[in-house]
Amino acid sequence: MLNKNIYLILIISLVFAISFWIGFNVNLLPAEASINAPIYDELFKILFIIGLIIFIGMTIAVIYSLFKFRKRSDQIGDGIALEGNLSLEIVWTIIPSIIVLLIGLYSYNIYDRMGGMKELNHNHEMMSSNTEKIWAGISQTSDNEIAINNLSIEVSAMQFAFLFNYPKGNFISGELHVPVDQKVSMKMESKDVIHAFWVPEFRIKQDIIPGQPTILNFTPTKVGKYPIICAELCGPYHGGMRASIIVEEESDYNEWFNKNKKPEVNL
Amino acid sequence: MTISIDPQKTNNESLQPKGWLRYFSFSLDHKVIGIQYLVCGFLFYLIGGTLASAIRIELASPMSDFMPRDVYNQVLTLHGTIMIFLWIVPVVNGAFGNYLIPFYVGARDMAFPRLNAVAFWLIPPSGLMLVASYFVDGAAQAGWTAYPPLSITTPQSGQIIWILSVLLLGGSSIFGGINFIATIIKLRRPGLKLMQLPMYCWAMLGTSLLVVLSTPVLAGTLILLSFDIIANTGFFNPVLGGNVVVYQHLFWFYSHPAVYIMVLPAFGLVSEILPVHARKPLFGYTTMVFSIMGIVVLGLVVWAHHMFTSGTPPWMRLFFTIATAFIAVPTGIKFFNWVATLWGGKISINSAMLFSCGFIINFVFGGITGVALAQVPFDIHVHDTYFVVAHFHYIVYGGTVFIIFSSIYHWFPKVTGKMLNEKLGILHFIITFIGFNLCFAPQHWLGLNGMPRRVAEYDPQFQFVNQISSLGALLMAISTIPFLINVFLSVRNGKDAGDNPWNALTPEWLTSSPPPVENWEGEAPLVEEPYGYGKEISELK
Repeated sequence: MLNKNIYLILIISLVFAISFWIGFNVNLLPAEASINAPIYDELFKILFIIGLIIFIGMTIAVIYSLFKFRKRSDQIGDGIALEGNLSLEIVWTIIPSIIVLLIGLYSYNIYDRMGGMKELNHNHEMMSSNTEKIWAGISQTSDNEIAINNLSIEVSAMQFAFLFNYPKGNFISGELHVPVDQKVSMKMESKDVIHAFWVPEFRIKQDIIPGQPTILNFTPTKVGKYPIICAELCGPYHGGMRASIIVEEESDYNEWFNKNKKPEVNL
Repeated sequence: MTISIDPQKTNNESLQPKGWLRYFSFSLDHKVIGIQYLVCGFLFYLIGGTLASAIRIELASPMSDFMPRDVYNQVLTLHGTIMIFLWIVPVVNGAFGNYLIPFYVGARDMAFPRLNAVAFWLIPPSGLMLVASYFVDGAAQAGWTAYPPLSITTPQSGQIIWILSVLLLGGSSIFGGINFIATIIKLRRPGLKLMQLPMYCWAMLGTSLLVVLSTPVLAGTLILLSFDIIANTGFFNPVLGGNVVVYQHLFWFYSHPAVYIMVLPAFGLVSEILPVHARKPLFGYTTMVFSIMGIVVLGLVVWAHHMFTSGTPPWMRLFFTIATAFIAVPTGIKFFNWVATLWGGKISINSAMLFSCGFIINFVFGGITGVALAQVPFDIHVHDTYFVVAHFHYIVYGGTVFIIFSSIYHWFPKVTGKMLNEKLGILHFIITFIGFNLCFAPQHWLGLNGMPRRVAEYDPQFQFVNQISSLGALLMAISTIPFLINVFLSVRNGKDAGDNPWNALTPEWLTSSPPPVENWEGEAPLVEEPYGYGKEISELK
């Protein structure tokens, strides 16, 4: 009996060791290019390790049972008439409940750190009136911060392109240029059907909905060119509806901005 | 059965065709209707599978070069709709439910045999209409979710035929659900208590409650959508002041429970199959019953987890995260119980057992990605990507379709009186299991790294992984060949099965194979312990 328990403990430790090793050494995610990305990857790693432990454990249990308790050709009759075990069943109700609850609380914490719990439906500088209700995606900042220090960009999505309006420069671009390490605030609206704004390297996504503006805020952390992908089926050319976001040093960004800037037209 | 109905029924039955022709008739026999559901569903599975192959061929190269882009969207819409509404839901509910439930409750037929026949005969015309819409003006191309305003702006005839077809299929599903609830509650043999019913009855009771509660919401939503398309109303049309997010709430109020309508019956079926081939009682009967009902209740309040990137307020995202993740608890209990059922058994390793164990492994994987997807911050990145595609194929293919095959291997001897060939069955399992995992496991990586779903073209860096996935799809297509050969050979020349080849204790095995029209020659047996393995060995011999 003691021998059996030692084997069980050994196997469980091995499952944990393998899961942690894979969790820390196998990277399934693209580059991290916004302040959301490392937070997301932390959550991913934890869910990945817990998932691996459960999956490897269950698979071993099934395969071991099939092998160990297979019917040998000389055997007749049934297995043991075991109909249940209340304490065991209570254990595997309570432990998963605790795990699920902890994961839920932890992901609430992650979501809060990403800025998802910030109320955004009032006092936004780009809003036409204070009563307009805006549904927010991930937000990185409070409203006040956005009002003081931000880049406000208006995104329009249509079949099958994104257009980026820089109200401060009074111009529209097909490429999204942003300076690195600065908060960007986007108000997004669709001209026709539902689209979605997704930058995999930033780990953010928000649907762009006709008749219902949405807000998405982010802070890029790494200079480079990343794809903007439409993630909501929007018609025949949905797969081709892509744009680029170019994250650059502030000086490069200012150069680009000033080159495109149009003077205010005074009527 | 009251005596007054009997003469009328026999009278009707003498008018019914005999032999194979009865499968093409408006038969009132629950066993004939069950087989009608199964064969009809399988034919649509072949159509849906052909469409899936077309999708995987298109995705073997990064360019959109195999078919026109709008046809690709029609193909993916039809693939989803056919697989859900014409293969999985009718087969796992209608086919096995109709065949087994009357046996399990000790009745000679379903509560409403005519309604039952109507429910089945709604399916072939609506399915054919759906497929035929391709030849009218192009089929629907807004995905099986038919989100407005895309579904309002794409060609109208295809979308309207799609709506009509789904409405009829939903009607069929509701008729079936009412019938199952009435049969399980009211037609139980005297002396048979609810807590003595085989687990599949509980699964079907829970499923039917979900069907009856949520399908009417889908029907209402689609009728409003069709008003928007035909009559220019503005329920969901933003140009006329409609709200597109309201449609998503209404749609998912049905379509998330629909996931449980597809998997709960599979949970029931696997609970019948494992004890028989492991020669052990089902572990934890009572907790199984409560976890089914727990899934039913929770399943109704989690729909908005499909909408974390739509406009939803933060509190709503949080509520649906917690509620969704908690479904893992009753589901987990069932999986632990099944492994405990295997533990200490005398397991026959045959096709039915292998497909059931394949189901456990695949479903655990799909369940784990499901708990991850329930977390808002996790979902924000992978929503509408191939990660989600991989997740739900692990649930509905790796889960439910594996159980459908397992059930076919298990009940084929009962239906035909012949055994299926085990070698071909095990070959079928091996190719399906490898092909399935090869096809869908790499898709998790694709989604995490930036490939959205429902695209005909993609970033060339994903080509290699997509080709692995397409290779897996090819294996899955090949795997149906040994299965079909097996079925056709065994129906004609299979080994004689006898009445009860597995020495099973559930009531359907306590009659001849195939069973007589009235199910039992004499009175229905009272089976108080459907899983009494290891206790009544002497009785079996």
